[in-house]
Amino acid sequence: MTIDISQFVQAFLDESFEGLDLMEVELLREQALDAEQVNAIFRAAHSIKGSAGTFGFSAVSDFTHGAETLLDEVRNGKREMTPEIRGLMLEAVDRMREMLLAARDGSAHDPDRVAETSGRIEAMLTSAHGCPGTDAATPVAADSTAAQSGVTHGESRPTPAGPWEILFVPQSVLLRSGNDPLGIFAWLAELGELTVHCETDALPALGALVAEDCLLHWRLRLDGEVEEAAIREAFEWVEDQCSLIVRHLGQPPATVSEAPAASAPAAPLDAQPQTAPGGRPVAANGAPVERRADAASIRVATDKVDTLVNMVGELVITQAMINTIGHSADQLDARAVEQLRHGLTLLERNTRELQEAVLSVRMLPINFVFSRFPRVVRDLSNTLGKQVNLRIIGEETELDKGLIEKLVDPLTHIVRNAIDHGIESPERRRAAGKSEAGTLVLRAGHQGGNIIIEISDDGGGLNRERILAKARAQGMAVPENASDRDIWQLVFAPGFSTAETVTDVSGRGVGMDVVRRNIEAVNGRLDIESTEGQGTRITVRLPLTLAILDGMSVRVGEEVYILPLTAILESLQPTPEQLHTISGRGRVVRLRGDYIPLVPLHNLFNVPATHERPEDGIVVVVESAEDRAALFVDELIAQHQVVIKSLETNYRKVPGVSGATIMGDGRVAMILDVDSLTRLHGTVH
Amino acid sequence: MATILAVDDSASLRQMVVFTLKEAGHDVIEAADGVAGLEAAKSKPADLVISDINMPHMDGITLVRELRGLPDYKFTPILLLTTESSDEKKQEGKAAGATGWLVKPFDPEKLMSTIKRVLG
Repeated sequence: MTIDISQFVQAFLDESFEGLDLMEVELLREQALDAEQVNAIFRAAHSIKGSAGTFGFSAVSDFTHGAETLLDEVRNGKREMTPEIRGLMLEAVDRMREMLLAARDGSAHDPDRVAETSGRIEAMLTSAHGCPGTDAATPVAADSTAAQSGVTHGESRPTPAGPWEILFVPQSVLLRSGNDPLGIFAWLAELGELTVHCETDALPALGALVAEDCLLHWRLRLDGEVEEAAIREAFEWVEDQCSLIVRHLGQPPATVSEAPAASAPAAPLDAQPQTAPGGRPVAANGAPVERRADAASIRVATDKVDTLVNMVGELVITQAMINTIGHSADQLDARAVEQLRHGLTLLERNTRELQEAVLSVRMLPINFVFSRFPRVVRDLSNTLGKQVNLRIIGEETELDKGLIEKLVDPLTHIVRNAIDHGIESPERRRAAGKSEAGTLVLRAGHQGGNIIIEISDDGGGLNRERILAKARAQGMAVPENASDRDIWQLVFAPGFSTAETVTDVSGRGVGMDVVRRNIEAVNGRLDIESTEGQGTRITVRLPLTLAILDGMSVRVGEEVYILPLTAILESLQPTPEQLHTISGRGRVVRLRGDYIPLVPLHNLFNVPATHERPEDGIVVVVESAEDRAALFVDELIAQHQVVIKSLETNYRKVPGVSGATIMGDGRVAMILDVDSLTRLHGTVH
Repeated sequence: MATILAVDDSASLRQMVVFTLKEAGHDVIEAADGVAGLEAAKSKPADLVISDINMPHMDGITLVRELRGLPDYKFTPILLLTTESSDEKKQEGKAAGATGWLVKPFDPEKLMSTIKRVLG
């Protein structure tokens, strides 16, 4: 039977990356590690080592061996988990990750770096540590490894071929280890021609017989070209539970050693070493192709898939039900219509539930992004000589896999910024009467139909004057008496950086404007709040998924537009008293003391409207990143979930529009982009 | 054909073991750690148990000890998966009542030939 093990390689890689993540998380803990945590780290390394060898990644397996040994010593209390060991293990995690990534992508890893880390681990292993006398453990283990892997003295020299005589006297407890002499004999019988003679001398009288004891012993004769090591191997599991004598019965009689028999053993002996090591490289060479193909897979919890399967089952039933009614459509009576309605209701429910279930398959906990930050924070704060405590809240919050991937870069940038520019050096913090260690909080959670991610620090906060000065120096338009909020928005302008010195860490010309663009590209919004001396909080607001939007359809003349529900604050029919014209701001709607700019959609899109006067139609108050706006439309139609189709990929980017969707009646409706809509209105004005 | 219980916290290794054994026509029960393995062993008697040693919740050695305490598992072959460096573990496993071991890394052929020794 041949089984292609490359099919399990993807699972191995997934699991190994998870293991590495786990190691990293535990190693980065601020507190001392307890026994279970050390154990978990050890197990992860141990698993990777064991599996890597099995799936043909011997380099990974060999490298991991050192780390595993070191962790084993820590686990057994032979060593302390010192900061050096933690650092070294983190380094080892990096190397393992590099090697596995290279294996996945079919590229080569950097053997020098691996050797360097290996060397450091070796040095650590041979260095003196807490308990003397255990130093010898490693070499001893290595020696016994060699012995165990079957390189016995007898095997290195060609041993005489059979026949062999074997005396096998098991202890009475042998059966209780699950071993069965018959199994061993069957094994031997495959090696050569076996003759079994059972000795029953030791059997007591029947009344005294204990069925669970093994009281027999055997004298065996094995003919054929068999090496002693192979015979001993058959008894490997019972060697401490029996007396075993393996004796060579002199030169085989000439009649056995005929010419064909003599040449036949030579062939398998030669062939054996070739097929055994040869088998693995073939798998290793063949595997990368498949590995690369699978890089975009996701792992999904089984219960999610089960739900999907159930939902599809329901859907099929409902569909069949409606089909049946459809076939008898020419004789529809009131009863049939009632059934049809019922079927349609079910179909609608099933479809909605199926949709949610399918979407949930794509959902991953945000921890996939957050889990990288302890490392980023540790490395960066070390580099900058700052002390930063990282708190992560709500890491189990789920969001779309597509979103998660797009979040990695912007969030990393924000976090780096917060440490580089936000949190002050320990000296400055002390001078400001704060604790020396700054705190960085990453928080994720749901709010309505949105995911909110907050990155807040207790650092120096944004400096209003410096931002203003910088903006003026760059020739940006800065409004008089600008609010703090307006000023913080300047940070998102292209090419803006307030760092006085461009550090290695941030300020590499990729600024917050890129972060903002990335977030906006996934229909997200970015907000900054900051108090000087107390810190900065950046809020990222994201839709739950990229594929589906909760929208409100509105009518303007003949056209239907979709507004994202998340942007809508309220809808109202204004009274003439609420409508005003303010010089410089155009028409506004007065709402509870606020003046909100009126944006007639028919003007913006240049389509004929049913109503010319806002008081005849409806205004929908929406909130954009910068401001609020009152969109004037003819009518609200309904609330829907719409499937977002990209306009950009199929046509081109249209200002004010983020995408399109196909309505139930087959018409295409534009999905409005509230932010760009209000900006568009500003420029028209 | 035998009923075989495969216990390993590594999903990929377990997959490989399960797939290989199923290909060979055996009935396979899977468990991800010692606790789940013991549970599975109690609910359905197995003809052979193959278990990893290092696992969360309950390790393989403890599992062997627990299994040997069950009347149904007094003589059942129990094989431990070990790495080449754990000679000590082999002895510890034997002392707990393990039948034998299978040294990692192993391939499907090795697995099949090894279990032949205990299943005949």
